[in-house]
Amino acid sequence: MTNTASPLAGAVPARPARRDIGIKRRYAAERRFRIYGIAAISFGLLFLFLLLWSVGSKGYTAFQQTMITIPVEFSEQIIDKDNERDTDPTKLMTANYPVVARNALAAALGADPGDRQQMREIGRMLSEGVRSQLRNMVVADPSIIGTTQTVSLLAAGEIDSALKGQMNLDVPEANRRISDQQVGWMEQLTEAGALAKEFNTGIFFNGASSRPEAAGVGVALIGSLYMMGIVLVLSLPIGVAASIYLEEFAPKNRWTDLIEVNINNLAAVPSIVYGLLGLSVFIGFAGLPRSAALVGGLVLTLMTLPTIIIATRAALKAVPPSIRAAALGLGASKMQTIFHHVLPLAMPGILTGTIIGLAHALGETAPLLLIGMVAFVANYPTTPMDPATALPVQIYMWANEAERAFVERTSGAIIILLLFLIVMNVGAILLRRRFERRW
Amino acid sequence: MNMMSDAAVEKALDKKMNDVSYKMIGKDVSVYYGDKRALYDVNLNVRENTVTALIGPSGCGKSTFLRCLNRMNDTIESAKVTGRITLDEEDIYDPAIDVVELRARVGMVFQKPNPFPKSIYENIAYGPRIHGLARNKAEMDQVVEASLQRAGLWNEAKDRLHESGTGLSGGQQQRLCIARAIAVSPEVILMDEPCSALDPIATAKVEELIHELRTNYTIVIVTHSMQQAARVSQRTAMFHLGHLVEEDDTDKMFTNPNDQRTQDYIMGRFG
Repeated sequence: MTNTASPLAGAVPARPARRDIGIKRRYAAERRFRIYGIAAISFGLLFLFLLLWSVGSKGYTAFQQTMITIPVEFSEQIIDKDNERDTDPTKLMTANYPVVARNALAAALGADPGDRQQMREIGRMLSEGVRSQLRNMVVADPSIIGTTQTVSLLAAGEIDSALKGQMNLDVPEANRRISDQQVGWMEQLTEAGALAKEFNTGIFFNGASSRPEAAGVGVALIGSLYMMGIVLVLSLPIGVAASIYLEEFAPKNRWTDLIEVNINNLAAVPSIVYGLLGLSVFIGFAGLPRSAALVGGLVLTLMTLPTIIIATRAALKAVPPSIRAAALGLGASKMQTIFHHVLPLAMPGILTGTIIGLAHALGETAPLLLIGMVAFVANYPTTPMDPATALPVQIYMWANEAERAFVERTSGAIIILLLFLIVMNVGAILLRRRFERRW
Repeated sequence: MNMMSDAAVEKALDKKMNDVSYKMIGKDVSVYYGDKRALYDVNLNVRENTVTALIGPSGCGKSTFLRCLNRMNDTIESAKVTGRITLDEEDIYDPAIDVVELRARVGMVFQKPNPFPKSIYENIAYGPRIHGLARNKAEMDQVVEASLQRAGLWNEAKDRLHESGTGLSGGQQQRLCIARAIAVSPEVILMDEPCSALDPIATAKVEELIHELRTNYTIVIVTHSMQQAARVSQRTAMFHLGHLVEEDDTDKMFTNPNDQRTQDYIMGRFG
């Protein structure tokens, strides 16, 4: 500046030396902080991605199921040899359907029905589930006995895994669960177009099964839905009522302080403790049935209440006092002030807290293990008093299974659970948008 | 003649004295917030159809006194009020008096405009609705229109009655709050620094409104602006450190106050 100054420069008084007020240091600190923040977020995103990738890559195959589509002869000889089905209703229920399926597959493969060794191997290519599959067909329409129908039969878990390339076929035959002969048949069936992967509806609708290809989360889904319903119906009104009383009506004294501290502590109590509480109170003392969604729902309600109370109180506190003053100044009673003005404004916060609490409850496993919801339940519960399982417990049980086909189903169930959580969180966001108002 | 004249003057004076009717009477009013005493034995009467301005430096207790008049101090847990305040000779702190009914008779306008986050119509209609002042939709429409007319907001708001009240400008919001207060037909309106958050033009409009409202309502206004007190009020009360310093006609207070502290405050020497 001074070098290029005009002749007038001499007349301008020298500018005072600039003070060092640490501008550079401050900006450096800010830059550093931004870098820390970006690093933290990247770290979090990396792990989120790893989780989703690991679950997704393992689990997406669970939504496909190998089916063997062949003509099946519903032989009267095997199903109902003595033509007793009109007099003995159990006849159709107890018939030897696996043999029907096995014979059909043997016929499709052109194998010799007399070779017992071969027939056993052929039988192992089909799932145990074909028994109920064919039985349901026959019971629904007994007139198909004696005819030949094209049926998509459920393939065994090993065949499913092998077709999806999850089984290493290069190891010696003795070390794998599928024989060379079966591999050959698989190729034969594939060439004939009889062996194909189809969308697996069974994983959504089936109950528990020891055979992975027939197992599904249907019962667990219903159990979880029952429990979510119970938690919502109980914890939302109880939680909101408790919060409104504590926040708006209760005198501020030692007792209410004590209650507040305890509610905050309850939110931090490990969930397994709630399970023990449920076991001793609802099952031991009240005599409710074990494994029932009702008990699970009650335990999860206890667990969710503190979350909802804390969120609701925070939402009530966040309503500007000027709104209360305005309503009270007009002569609204305390009750009217709260229900006409404060509660509607707190609604987005309350709903967000409730849905977060519900999502938390949906994913809770430990307390359900203690109240016996970790059970093999193959039949749909018709009421919340019937035995049921829950989604996370089903995941836990499948994760303990040894078979390869259960690994993908475990991940598949996790995907279903995550989808439910995403739906709930999107619901929370939409509700918040819907209720949000400026003031 | 002379005597007659004197008697006439006397009579006129007497009449004037008798004309003064007190809407609210505060006697030995003291307020404690926990251990802290905020008001010391205040004796202040509020005249009917008059604007009474409460002035004084920050923290002097003028807002506290104002909030005693419709028992808004009840909402503060630690607040305790002693003494006696009457509205038309009824003790408003009497257990037999319902605070909801009291606040329907003694309305309030706050420092910061605080419309409900609802439509303009709903803002006005809320009070009459909870008090059952309108029997049907047509009556409610009438109440809303009349209130907005009175508050001088009708022309600006009539085409947007169902838009949010929070979308109005600050001055309009404050007039909406005044309209909301008069919609329940109170007898007294308390205003706690109603113009402190407004620009000069909006302030002028609100002041004009206060001036007009005086014919129908008794108004008590807390203000930090000496000019405002001088412009809108007929009576002025000066508070200092929780004490009522003096109370007199506004003209006299601003020209010839009795107390040195009033003089100093009005001249801007403290506060």
